[in-house]
Amino acid sequence: MAQAAIELIGINKSFGAVRANRDINLEVARGTIHGIVGENGAGKSTLMSILYGFYQADSGEIHVGGKPVSINTSNDAIALGIGMVHQHFMLVDNFTVLENIILGAENDVLLKSSIAKARSELDRLEREYGLEVDPDAVIEELPVGLQQRVEILKALYRGAEILILDEPTGVLTPAEADHLFRILKQLKEQGKTIVLITHKLREIMAITDTVSVMRQGTMVATRMTKETTVGELAELMVGRRVLLRVEKGQSEAGAVKLSVKNLTVKDSRGVTMVDNVSFDVRGGEIVGIAGVAGNGQSELLEAISGIRHAVSGEVMLDGKPIDLTGKADPGELRDRGLAHVPEDRHHVGLVLAFEENENSILGYHDDERYLKGPFLDVDAIMADAKDKIEKYDIRPGNPRLKTANFSGGNQQKIVLAREMEQDPGVLIVGQPTRGVDVGAIEFIHKRLIAMRDQGKAVLVVSVELDEIRSLSDRILVMFAGRVVGERGPDATEGELGLLMAGVEHQEAAE
Amino acid sequence: MDMFNAIIQVLDSTIRLSVPLLLACLAGLYSERAGIFDIGLEGKMLVGAFAGASAAAVFHSALIGLGTAVLISVAFALVHGFASITHRGNQIVSGVAINFIAAGSTIILGQAWFQQGGRTPALQPAERFEAIIWPGAEAIKDVPIIGPIYAELISGHSILVYFAFAMVPFTWWVLFRTRFGLRMRAVGENPAAVDTAGISVAWLRYRALICTGILTGVAGAYLSMVQNGGFVKDMTAGKGYIALAALIFAKWKPVNAMFACLLFGFLDAAAIRLQGSPLPIIGKVPVQFMQALPYVLTVILLAGFIGKAIPPRAGGVPYVKER
Repeated sequence: MAQAAIELIGINKSFGAVRANRDINLEVARGTIHGIVGENGAGKSTLMSILYGFYQADSGEIHVGGKPVSINTSNDAIALGIGMVHQHFMLVDNFTVLENIILGAENDVLLKSSIAKARSELDRLEREYGLEVDPDAVIEELPVGLQQRVEILKALYRGAEILILDEPTGVLTPAEADHLFRILKQLKEQGKTIVLITHKLREIMAITDTVSVMRQGTMVATRMTKETTVGELAELMVGRRVLLRVEKGQSEAGAVKLSVKNLTVKDSRGVTMVDNVSFDVRGGEIVGIAGVAGNGQSELLEAISGIRHAVSGEVMLDGKPIDLTGKADPGELRDRGLAHVPEDRHHVGLVLAFEENENSILGYHDDERYLKGPFLDVDAIMADAKDKIEKYDIRPGNPRLKTANFSGGNQQKIVLAREMEQDPGVLIVGQPTRGVDVGAIEFIHKRLIAMRDQGKAVLVVSVELDEIRSLSDRILVMFAGRVVGERGPDATEGELGLLMAGVEHQEAAE
Repeated sequence: MDMFNAIIQVLDSTIRLSVPLLLACLAGLYSERAGIFDIGLEGKMLVGAFAGASAAAVFHSALIGLGTAVLISVAFALVHGFASITHRGNQIVSGVAINFIAAGSTIILGQAWFQQGGRTPALQPAERFEAIIWPGAEAIKDVPIIGPIYAELISGHSILVYFAFAMVPFTWWVLFRTRFGLRMRAVGENPAAVDTAGISVAWLRYRALICTGILTGVAGAYLSMVQNGGFVKDMTAGKGYIALAALIFAKWKPVNAMFACLLFGFLDAAAIRLQGSPLPIIGKVPVQFMQALPYVLTVILLAGFIGKAIPPRAGGVPYVKER
């Protein structure tokens, strides 16, 4: 094994009562790509923030290049050749690429020489690593993939030999992610050391040399990537065997509960997003809508739940039409038994500044169960919230905690608990497990199947093909606003992938 | 020719009236570009005016007056910084508090020290900044057109007037050509980017506030030692707020700020000039209406005539390292 670029020995870090890192030991070899995986909240980001000097460890030692060092500020880390690409980019949006690159690494009091140096340096980096970017472009006008490239350039400009990337693909399209991986491999070939934090196991398998697994603040294992499997890593992450495919019985489909006929939806620019779509969802079945993001699934969901105006077509709920003018009263739809778990829980599903118990009744707060005369019945609401916390294993189990302080998976559970516990006849779920960790995914899937087994009609829209395949009794594939195919649960990934890419559709059209 | 002279006179007073606005506006520009809202420009100008006039009267020196004005104003700016940067307090509340402290303390201290009902003693010529007559101004005064423009508009102002206008290109240069300016603009947009680049957010913001304090101090000194021969209570009369309006109108850009302040100064000068004289068609207009005109126009301009003004994105938000 090559000489260690970084060595962390016995790192401990607590935030109040929470022990984010306990006795972490980690060794990263020079010139390798080292992955760190773990569920949300396992302590990966904290550990890297300690290495980057954003936080200070309570105890422990850091060795860089074999020598013990103390890293108290980001400046110390930069001086030691450590660069970080943050999950939320640390860029000034209305600055140019050049201005962002030199910020904090200026030559002297005046900018002129710094800009000239950065321009020639960027030119060199572009040639060496193929990191092309227009130095005079303004950041906010660049696509996300290029913004990330600027972050990488920023680190390289400061002479980084060790590059830490925190969840780099979370915001990228698959094509951008592939490009990023090519860049990372090239950087590795040039002798840079790369630490990749992610919770996507497929990325780990695709690109890393070694991988370390974190769970609840501890480092549980380090493996050579080629000697391990996705299954083993997933198990190490959650501490037990994960059902990557949920077990479920045969569906017993009943009467049609939700019926969509010839639905057409246009967006604000007048572009047709949903094009003459028809399907039924019966009680006791899960219908999954697969598709690459942006092929009309979001608009379809919004139209069915009465939020978005539909140009033509009709949607029947238990045989009665839903108002499709986009002005439907969501309260009325809830009363009629339609529950909606929106795709974007932060902006539509939750008020993050509210306490957990408030969010857990939001939208149903007019229900007399939660009222005492004209006032909210606080005791009833708290009892109800505690009940849901227990049933849905929402952690931490404190109904008074601000919703923003829950992890993504637990926030999603709050929304699901709210909607499912109203015992709706029809449940519409957008991206049930987006940004949710492995353990919670399994739980959510089991819950959705339980709903189905109770005879509810469930419509799931997801961009995760695995999820659609594992949950659905019937799979509809959307491409360019149309439903281009229907398949059973045993459809292969390749078959669905072709449909999602519109291949079959185009052939049929010709 | 009478018309021409009248215009020259209005423009001359436009310059004089816009100087305190311009200084305060540039002061606000430094702090807001660094992400600190400063509604306390008014208060800092007022303490500057009071401190300047008091020190000048006591020590019989205009320069000592100016120095004291700047010192006290910077001290108030640092108080604002202590509350809103170090202790992450609400910047509006802190600014309003500074305005109240300024309004109250200047009257109380003025009465206690000078017993003239809150005024400071009338300043002697040596204790004020006198007008500077440019070479040749007297000689060409009678040349038509050019003469009055040179003698009245360009020559014959106090040093602080020239300082104020020189600050416009200087501020532009600082913002866009120096390291400090780059970092200051960055910290007003995304302090986390500055922090991760290894630069202290707090120290950067404090330095911006010191610039603010210096400029409001000079603005105050101008009011009490140039425009007026001493301090009168509440002599800033809302200029700090008009300067804030001008800053938004100027979209936080130095050269725009100069034009915005000149416009407000012109409205003021025109209102004074037109008082009592009948307007064509409308006839005689009450004095109060003319005096209200600049403020009415401020509201109208801000309400819709400037397009979208995007303030520095981190403005008003204390920086907290997020977990």
